[in-house]
Amino acid sequence: MKILVCVTNVPDTTSKISFTDGDTQFNKAGVTYISGPYDDYALSRAVELRDQLGGTVTVLNVGDVDSEPMIRKCLAIGADDAIRVDAPPTDSYFVAAEIAAIAKQENYDLILMGRESIDFNSGVVHGIVGELLGIPSLSPVMKLELDGDIAKLSREIEGGKEDLEAKLPLVLGCQEPIAEWKIPNMRGIMTARTKPLKVVSASSISTTNVSKYELPAAKGACRMIDAADAETLITLLKTEAKVI
Amino acid sequence: MSVLIFVELSDGAIKKSCLEAIFYGSKTAKQLKTSAIAIVLGEMGQSELTSLGNFGADKVVNVADGRLNQENIIAYSNVLGQVIEKEEAKVIIFAKSSLGDAVAARLGGKFNASIVANAVELPDTSAGFKVKRSIYTGKAFAFTELTSAIKIILIKKNAVVIEESSSNATVEQFSASLTDQDFAVKHIQSHKSTGGISLPEADLVVSAGRGMKGPENWGMVEDLANALGAATACSKPVSDLDWRPHHEHVGQTGIKVSPNLYIACGISGAIQHLAGVNSSKVIVVINKDPEAPFFKAADYGIVGDVFDILPRLTKAVLADK
Ligand SMILES: Cc1cc2nc3c(=O)[nH]c(=O)nc-3n(C[C@H](O)[C@H](O)[C@H](O)COP(=O)(O)OP(=O)(O)OC[C@H]3O[C@@H](n4cnc5c(N)ncnc54)[C@H](O)[C@@H]3O)c2cc1C
Ligand SMILES: Nc1ncnc2c1ncn2[C@@H]1O[C@H](COP(=O)(O)O)[C@@H](O)[C@H]1O
Repeated sequence: MKILVCVTNVPDTTSKISFTDGDTQFNKAGVTYISGPYDDYALSRAVELRDQLGGTVTVLNVGDVDSEPMIRKCLAIGADDAIRVDAPPTDSYFVAAEIAAIAKQENYDLILMGRESIDFNSGVVHGIVGELLGIPSLSPVMKLELDGDIAKLSREIEGGKEDLEAKLPLVLGCQEPIAEWKIPNMRGIMTARTKPLKVVSASSISTTNVSKYELPAAKGACRMIDAADAETLITLLKTEAKVI
Repeated sequence: MSVLIFVELSDGAIKKSCLEAIFYGSKTAKQLKTSAIAIVLGEMGQSELTSLGNFGADKVVNVADGRLNQENIIAYSNVLGQVIEKEEAKVIIFAKSSLGDAVAARLGGKFNASIVANAVELPDTSAGFKVKRSIYTGKAFAFTELTSAIKIILIKKNAVVIEESSSNATVEQFSASLTDQDFAVKHIQSHKSTGGISLPEADLVVSAGRGMKGPENWGMVEDLANALGAATACSKPVSDLDWRPHHEHVGQTGIKVSPNLYIACGISGAIQHLAGVNSSKVIVVINKDPEAPFFKAADYGIVGDVFDILPRLTKAVLADK
């Protein structure tokens, strides 16, 4: 079983977002970076399947050198080796084209990703990669079991889920509860230092560019209603906010 | 050229978010001086297809193939690809959803197309093609320029306010070529909660957190939701504890909602929770702790006990009807 796991290097969920240079650059100052929470689930399931069935787990990130601590953490959790495409991940199509170019060189049985990145929240990289490789892509996947080369999975749909079966190879966007969330242990951290991390350069170009960023307008003050008069809320929602 | 809008069905009915997408597509088409074509996959009544004209569609293309009644990412994207070529569509609009994302992505791969997700406004086509989209789970916006020949936009709920008109769209049948490859992923069965209002589509949401103490107390959350005609939602710990199903969990790692009204009951307002709800138009917070961080993100707040307040609000809504 050869599994490729694609991971993003993203600001921690508690980060305060701001911009510099006249709102044209993301302000990295004071921001802690993590692997995407959905990507963590993809990696955890990959490691579980490898431990169960044998094979290898390769971690792939499209990003600059700042991603390396996060990549080492993925190696500490249990990936066998890693590839970094040395380019800023500016655009979904660009990132997907880079991932597909790597995947074409190896025959991966499974390419696991997160359902979405938490910086751009697009939820599209897996689908683009699937199409570029000419294999099925499915997302968001909540359960994945393998029976030989048949994957039995469940995918979240609006108001529930659907059970599906498909033959490998597949590209899947993952979300909980697909696996137990894993954190690195001491031994993992030690061995991760010497696991191979290959750096390659990018081969495609971006088809979007951001001209400017903007922060949402600040919320006005919260209007407090006394608990004794809670019922007035309904009147206010009707006559003032006009939402019901 | 044309603007194409993908229309998603849910239990055989057209999804409301897609009516918004049609309106968004028709406005975009007007800006580009071209026509808006809505595409409906699977069997659907003629009058419903025609009525999409009310939302701005000039034409509706329907592929009335029974095999497409069941949602299927691969087949849908292949059929859409054929229609895009036939209609020479240059801009493709989707309402953001797990199906929309997956189908849009494959089309992006097929046509080397720029994709932007979570558009919150109509595109600026005055010079080039720019879209304002929400990023960092609602914490910021990016003005993004799309430079490829075919452009794909996934719109966020409330990106436009629909203005209905009364005009009929012409309806055209399209017979798509489908192969076994399109059905290589086998659908075994779906588990769907029936009835109730779909959370991502809902205009009004009543959401509750760990402050409810246990699943046995959800009756009062549902009562208020039913009285208002709202969908129910919950915080992550609540679905982790299995008090509520996973598909009701909102936030950074759950569903992102942008309803007109979000009522949070016994939810502290952690940053990861706010990330999924911060684009709601009006936020009401009910919490017994006056220091709960959620009040900072709220429009209306009540410091009080949910077990006292919720039934009273339900009564007030019903009395008002
Ligand atoms: C990577 C990551 C991702 C996450 N993603 C999400 C996410 O997507 N969604 C999400 O929700 N969380 C998410 N979380 C968890 C988040 O940090 C919070 O732990 C969670 O939102 C808290 O849920 P809660 O408000 O229901 O519970 P609590 O924080 O326990 O708050 C309960 C609240 O109820 C109030 N209360 C108690 N009793 C009453 C009463 N009788 N009447 C009125 N009020 C009462 C209390 O004052 C308190 O404010 C994530 C965390 C991490 C680290
Ligand atoms: N720069 C990147 N490097 C590696 N994988 C990525 C990158 N960006 C996105 N992905 C993968 O694609 C998934 C969906 O991302 P997105 O389409 O940006 O929401 C993520 O959860 C990752 O698994």
